[in-house]
Amino acid sequence: MAHARFVEIGRVAYVNFGPEKGKLCVIVDVVDNKRALVDGPSTGVARQQMPFSRISLTEIVLPVKRNQKSSNVAKIFDSHEVVKKWNASTAGKHIEHSLRRANLTDFERFKLMVAQKKKSLALKKELKKVAVKH
Amino acid sequence: MVKWYPTEDVQKVRVKRANKPARLRGGVSPGQILILLAGKHQGKRVAFLKQLESGLLLVTGPYKLNGVPLKRVPQAYTVPTSTKIDISGSDFSKVTDAYFAKEKENTKKTEEAFFAPKKEKKPFSDAKKAMQKSVDAGIVNKVADPVVKKYLKTKFRLRNGMFPHTLKF
Repeated sequence: MAHARFVEIGRVAYVNFGPEKGKLCVIVDVVDNKRALVDGPSTGVARQQMPFSRISLTEIVLPVKRNQKSSNVAKIFDSHEVVKKWNASTAGKHIEHSLRRANLTDFERFKLMVAQKKKSLALKKELKKVAVKH
Repeated sequence: MVKWYPTEDVQKVRVKRANKPARLRGGVSPGQILILLAGKHQGKRVAFLKQLESGLLLVTGPYKLNGVPLKRVPQAYTVPTSTKIDISGSDFSKVTDAYFAKEKENTKKTEEAFFAPKKEKKPFSDAKKAMQKSVDAGIVNKVADPVVKKYLKTKFRLRNGMFPHTLKF
């Protein structure tokens, strides 16, 4: 429980599903146990209610007040460089990588396969050296 | 009103329109690498040379790399990839639909000929071998990157988690 991410005012969330998929937004109010009011003026998310099932909570929490004006949310969002922090985080990088993998062309996929084969061969070689002989 | 019918059935004359040559789909241009989807060379990656008058695509392996000769392929049986190689150095202008026509054999349809033991297959003509060599020479020499050569040698294969509708070629 100590390291859990809570739904709170100011929690930055990543939208996983729906028309706002792939964008970051800030939880500005909680409607009920299933929905939040989110806003992402800097990232193109209009102020709207969003079911919790559509979003993933990130590590970032901003000092946003409940129902704060969109323009002020934008100021806080930009001053904390949220997008930069997100892109540098493991989760952000993971999403960037999976997007990149989805957009690989056939030739790139081939080069990836060749590189993975090379890597696994080198790995096996090293493991063999260290392996306990039966 | 009851419809009027002529006394004798009249055949409706249908005007036969000339078939337009098939459009080159997927933004395919000469030198593009295609993946063959059917036939003996399924999965092989080949170089697209030009579209023939019949609408079929003229492709070549090159033969040395993957064993695909100068071949005609319908567009529907290919998947174009985004990779292109330089084919400006090869001359394939003489290769047309007539190049692929089967040689007519003068066999009389007699009873003896029907039951006679089948003749051996004719060996691949030397002229065609020479044409293949000359067309391929201009292509293979220009492929500088050994990775591209390996790419052309390897067959396309679907693996676990690869879904054709999500793949980008």
